[in-house]
Amino acid sequence: MSEHVRSQEEIAARVKALESILIDKGIMTTTAIDRLVEIYENEVGPQLGAKVVARAWKDPAFKERLLEDATKACAEFGIGGLQGEDMVVVENTADVHNVIVCTLCSCYPWPVLGLPPNWYKEPAYRARIVKEPRKVLREDFGYDVPGSVEVRVWDSSSEMRYWVLPAPPQGTDGLSEDELASLVTRDSMIGVGPAASPVS
Amino acid sequence: MNGVHDLGGTDGLGRVEVPDSEPVFRAEWEKAAFAMFSMCFRAGYFGVDEFRYGIEQMHPAVYLLSPYYEHWLHTVEHYGKAKGLLSPEDLEELDRRTQYYLEHPDEPLPQRDDSELVAFVEAVVPAGAPAARKSDKAPKFKVGDTVTVRADSPLGHTRRARYIRGRTGEIVLAHGTFIYPDSAGNGGGDAPEHVYTVKFSNAELWGPDTAEPNGVVYFDVWEPYITPAHTTGAAA
Repeated sequence: MSEHVRSQEEIAARVKALESILIDKGIMTTTAIDRLVEIYENEVGPQLGAKVVARAWKDPAFKERLLEDATKACAEFGIGGLQGEDMVVVENTADVHNVIVCTLCSCYPWPVLGLPPNWYKEPAYRARIVKEPRKVLREDFGYDVPGSVEVRVWDSSSEMRYWVLPAPPQGTDGLSEDELASLVTRDSMIGVGPAASPVS
Repeated sequence: MNGVHDLGGTDGLGRVEVPDSEPVFRAEWEKAAFAMFSMCFRAGYFGVDEFRYGIEQMHPAVYLLSPYYEHWLHTVEHYGKAKGLLSPEDLEELDRRTQYYLEHPDEPLPQRDDSELVAFVEAVVPAGAPAARKSDKAPKFKVGDTVTVRADSPLGHTRRARYIRGRTGEIVLAHGTFIYPDSAGNGGGDAPEHVYTVKFSNAELWGPDTAEPNGVVYFDVWEPYITPAHTTGAAA
């Protein structure tokens, strides 16, 4: 167990060396790595969760199915898979605000949100959001949850993957599903911010 | 294990640093380290619970100070060594190549073709690797039960975080049976157990003087983590 904290250059060299050995062993190839990276850079990201949320805002029957069994409801869009094999969606309302975390590692619903932002994986967020969520949301995310609203923190300690159905913003009557989806931010599905308001 | 990775409720870590935007991968090495998880999983290096336990065994100071994907590098090396998938000769070669790439960072990697590996990537992303396992075990608890989390400190891998140990809450969801991390993460079999979501009040977790008002924390537990609560009044 080394106590040396490596520089970026040292990490890059160590990773490249191990990568080269795993390539020699037939465990990795650069083409397979490139394809995996391309998927999470361009194909699987929060735009998928946003589509699901927009549908739930528009279609009460779908919303009911989503809250009942998120894995099954997302499969209606062909959305699912790695790190979202069993998903649970929790709903923000006028009385309840939900936020997700993984205090023990970095569990996150990849199929709907893509790979987590770095702050989600770093110690400060994981340590503090379970103990002082209102303070973290207010001071670090600029999001003030009214005292009358209950804050519910979901610590993703098992393989269940939680994510948030944000409350629909005001003034969205008549917007199409695509227009609604453009208001659904990654942060609103983590629970560290609201959905965006339509530009009037 | 009572490790530094078990961060819930730790104080003194400062603000959450939130940049306006950032790329999915901040450096080329992050891409390769990320890919090692699924490709070494395929090659039998680890299951997901072992993967986590390998990270938990990093030096605690390095764990806290290193960029996230470096943790993944550590666990691949850990299991490569532990399971003999990386031989002593491989490990010497690893050190030699590390020095080489440090001095020649732009030198290319070896090139191989393997269409099966690309096909694996295409298949595993949408299919996933479910942790649900069938079991004949009848659940010992049900939604609405008040339960207390066992307070002892197990050695080895566990998902029973310190901040919920000894605390009492209410079961609000029952999920069925899943791989038990305290077995699979420690080299044992899947040993499926029922998983429940338990709701704890902030006051129960942090005490009335420290807890923020009007809030709860939900935490998933495997059945062996909990016992029926014998006290009332402290529950969420």
